[in-house]
Amino acid sequence: MVRRWIGSWPVYRQFTGGDPLGRGAAARSAGTEAITPRVSTADAVVKSVCPYCAVGCGQDVYVEDGRVTQIEGDPDSPVSRGRLCPKGSASLQLTTGDARERYVLYRRPHGTEWERLDLGTAMEMIADRVVAARRDGWQWEQDGRRVRRTLGFASLGGATLDNEENYLIKKLFTALGAVQIENQARI
Amino acid sequence: MAECHPVGFQWVMEAKARGAKLVHVDPRFTRTSALADLHVPLRAGSDIAFLGGIINHVLETGAYFRDYVVAYTNASVILGEDFQDTEDLDGVFSGLDSDTRSYDHQTWQYEGLEVQSAAGERTEAVSESARGEAHGSGGAALGEGEPRRDPTLEHPRCVFQVLKRHYARYTPEMVERVCGVPRDRFLQVCELVTENSGRDRTTAFAYAVGWTQHTVGVQYIRAAAILQSLLGNIGRPGGGILALRGHASIQGSTDIPTLFNLLPGYIPMPHAHTNENLDAFIEAEAARKGFWGNMRSYFVSLLKAYWGDAATADNDFCFDYLPRLTGTHSTYETVRAQIDGDCKGYFLMGENPAVGSANAKLQRLGMAALDWLVVRDFSLIESATWWKDGPEIESGEMRTEDIGTEVFFLPAAAHTEKDGSFTNTQRMLQWHHKAVAPAGDTRSDLWFMYHLGRLVRRRLAGSADPMDRPVLDLTWDYPTSGPLDEPDAEAVLAEINGRGPDGAPISAYTELKPDGSTSCGCWIYAGVYADGVNQAARRKPGREQDWVAAEWGWAWPANRRILYNRASADPDGKPWSERKALVWWDAEKGRWTGHDVPDFVPDKAPDYEPPEDAEGPDALRGDDPFIMQADGKAWLYVPAGLMDGPLPTHYEPQESPVTNPLYGQQRNPVRHLPSPHPDDLYQPSGDAPGSEVFPYVATTYRLTEHHTAGGMSRWQPYLAELQPEFFCEVSPELAAERELRHGEWATIVSARGVIEARVLVTARMTPLDVAGRTLHQIGLPYHWGPNGYSRGDAANELLHLALDPNTHIQEAKALTCDIRPGRRPRGPAATALVRRYRDRAGITDRTGTEI
Repeated sequence: MVRRWIGSWPVYRQFTGGDPLGRGAAARSAGTEAITPRVSTADAVVKSVCPYCAVGCGQDVYVEDGRVTQIEGDPDSPVSRGRLCPKGSASLQLTTGDARERYVLYRRPHGTEWERLDLGTAMEMIADRVVAARRDGWQWEQDGRRVRRTLGFASLGGATLDNEENYLIKKLFTALGAVQIENQARI
Repeated sequence: MAECHPVGFQWVMEAKARGAKLVHVDPRFTRTSALADLHVPLRAGSDIAFLGGIINHVLETGAYFRDYVVAYTNASVILGEDFQDTEDLDGVFSGLDSDTRSYDHQTWQYEGLEVQSAAGERTEAVSESARGEAHGSGGAALGEGEPRRDPTLEHPRCVFQVLKRHYARYTPEMVERVCGVPRDRFLQVCELVTENSGRDRTTAFAYAVGWTQHTVGVQYIRAAAILQSLLGNIGRPGGGILALRGHASIQGSTDIPTLFNLLPGYIPMPHAHTNENLDAFIEAEAARKGFWGNMRSYFVSLLKAYWGDAATADNDFCFDYLPRLTGTHSTYETVRAQIDGDCKGYFLMGENPAVGSANAKLQRLGMAALDWLVVRDFSLIESATWWKDGPEIESGEMRTEDIGTEVFFLPAAAHTEKDGSFTNTQRMLQWHHKAVAPAGDTRSDLWFMYHLGRLVRRRLAGSADPMDRPVLDLTWDYPTSGPLDEPDAEAVLAEINGRGPDGAPISAYTELKPDGSTSCGCWIYAGVYADGVNQAARRKPGREQDWVAAEWGWAWPANRRILYNRASADPDGKPWSERKALVWWDAEKGRWTGHDVPDFVPDKAPDYEPPEDAEGPDALRGDDPFIMQADGKAWLYVPAGLMDGPLPTHYEPQESPVTNPLYGQQRNPVRHLPSPHPDDLYQPSGDAPGSEVFPYVATTYRLTEHHTAGGMSRWQPYLAELQPEFFCEVSPELAAERELRHGEWATIVSARGVIEARVLVTARMTPLDVAGRTLHQIGLPYHWGPNGYSRGDAANELLHLALDPNTHIQEAKALTCDIRPGRRPRGPAATALVRRYRDRAGITDRTGTEI
């Protein structure tokens, strides 16, 4: 009984056990034993890549009950060896934080406030506008030379998106005849 | 690098722990400087003088790697007699046409080469359209014939001698005068770099937009390329010129370009020429030698990926379906087209130009003139809300009720909510897997583009109008799944990778054919889906691999980790030294082998000499390591492909307090200046009257805790707390001169705008002794805008739009301004203050536009 009581005292274990510096087993307490990593109950670990700069640090995304619960550096990555910088470490807030908008917002011409709009309706409205702006800005020729293009609409952005997304942007807008397609690489 | 690419910087620290010396050249003292062996503050905008000084040192002291230079560069090539250097013409090259602000490149050619046959009819519009960038994967085409060479490097017109004369005036004294770097410190850098280069040692240069955002940005990189080629530091482990890029897939969005001037894989967008067709395009654009000699195979395969069965040999594989350029259509010209009412619709996808682009006011004026705007992002960034709370609303220049722009805000899915690949700064693709489905209306951009295309095609279905054929013939049948009908990203990757005649994924771009039997969405990415396996998703742990880690992700081209690595071996195919061995020729097996995938034809022997009529890759010799170049050599001198000269030359920034100490020519004579706009005026420079009104140099930059224009960091509580508001960095000396107090406010003014910032008085900013005077520099992190948790004015309000003529990138890294204590005025008083400054400096729409 007494021995067990003394044995629960970290400093006793530090001097009698194999942990003279008190940085290993000797420092453990009942409280320590009760603590579990916040990711220990995760249902899945999904392999990912940091979305900020172009170093491409590996990320482990922990999922529990269909929600992302933690994002950590991937120790397997030969690029980053498990490290993340302050931005990469804030990826959980980026992806799950309150500041993210989750619904479509619409500002009508001359309107003073946002309004809600159904996503399907928004997509149909945007498709209508693309078709019309494309036609309005259409040119078969300029200065007697064939151009087969539209200057009616433009697109900006791509460096934060996936390669596959950039591929579809360039492919669709080029087929529509748009040439004013640009991204952050210009800045 | 420690500041903006901190996790990549761990490898620099590994190298330092093993004895490497680290030099940091930057106007400001950062976390990188704190860990460097040597920090060299210099005047923003003077790097070509600095690098030119090192080039001169290397040439004068004979510190160059002679065997490498003679064998692998164009040092021995003899130039035509008509070429005149900046030495002959006081700062400009031969061929300058002052009226059109452009160079005729004819006199820059190698002696004995004819100009590319079809190039004669190419118009000046082509030279305006960021053509230089079409060489992101290799140099420009050369003409017919063999250049004359002098391997002794003694001929007075050989590149080596021209280089020597060109840089002779970039002495340590001149570097001190131009850059504000004391002679002894400059020579210390020269010694560190040359001591650490040669057979046994290599030196690397890492840079970011501090080198590119100038009116001479491409020439900054060229200067580093000359230096690294002279020192033998290209294609070898530990060497190179490393672009540290700032977005997760900015490399990918250049390779698969959402850029006006490029098609996937750096194939240029066609221009409007008379009688243009596929043959004429290839004739004019493809190189005769090297891998660009196979451009037709890459291009036809792209057209097949876009238009599938509709693309046939009989219809030129739908070449005519491509829209044509007539000059520049860059983001800055597009803004002007919006203001002028020509461009009426605008998609913003993960970019925030209302605060993130140079001269942010012009961006907002453009958006205010649109019919409709679609913003796809995570949060309500400034580009989504300018119509209700932008600076022009505050100043009274605009009223919300008067703005007719219809705005759609569509929330975007995060990287954790979609499958897809990013291409990192070293050309490596890494796949990220979907962890959870996007919530509410949030959707991937893949979803948005696919379904937008579907809806547009439905509207055009049945149309007989020839303008609609390219849309209706487009291959657009990606499989979708789940309740959201999410397109399959891997199916898109498979299309990018390409398919052979049997429909199976190809494994290398060398399998592509010019006859339409293969398809490929981006030829340099061929192999990323080899064997039907997503190679970008490979994740063999680094600790289970060698230092090359070739089984983690996939790097273009062909999973090579170091480009041009044939140069790591000598002309006979043996490593220059055992210490720096990377790839080598295995004579027994008759193949190239090594730690990395050899960047060379696998079985081409080092002593191979091509027959005279050989073309494409077959025309490269066994000792031509630069296989994307039209002559297989590293170009010390660039005879074709650049708008602003064959050799980097120091010009002052568009706005500079200094008169160019090196030449009578003040600025890059062919820098691109958009047509004048009352909100985009330039300030006087040097000793021109009025320049004293804007006496300080300002430079913009990033901080560790924020990302670009803040769209992904100002809404994150942790990051907002770490860097809670906009500030400017000033030296104690400048603070004393302008009565600025630490922690209080300063107002910063240019001819474009006025902003306020918290003052950070710090010795991290150093006054420099430049051209006989004390020069103060002001540091401006550019992450801010009025929205989010961490707020402040946008540094981009101050910027003008003078652009690099090759890339059309703005000069964000060196401009002039004034600074004064206190907060900026509000309402109409803000614009009145800017007007007063313009008047005091005597600014008109012609100021600063001299050639």
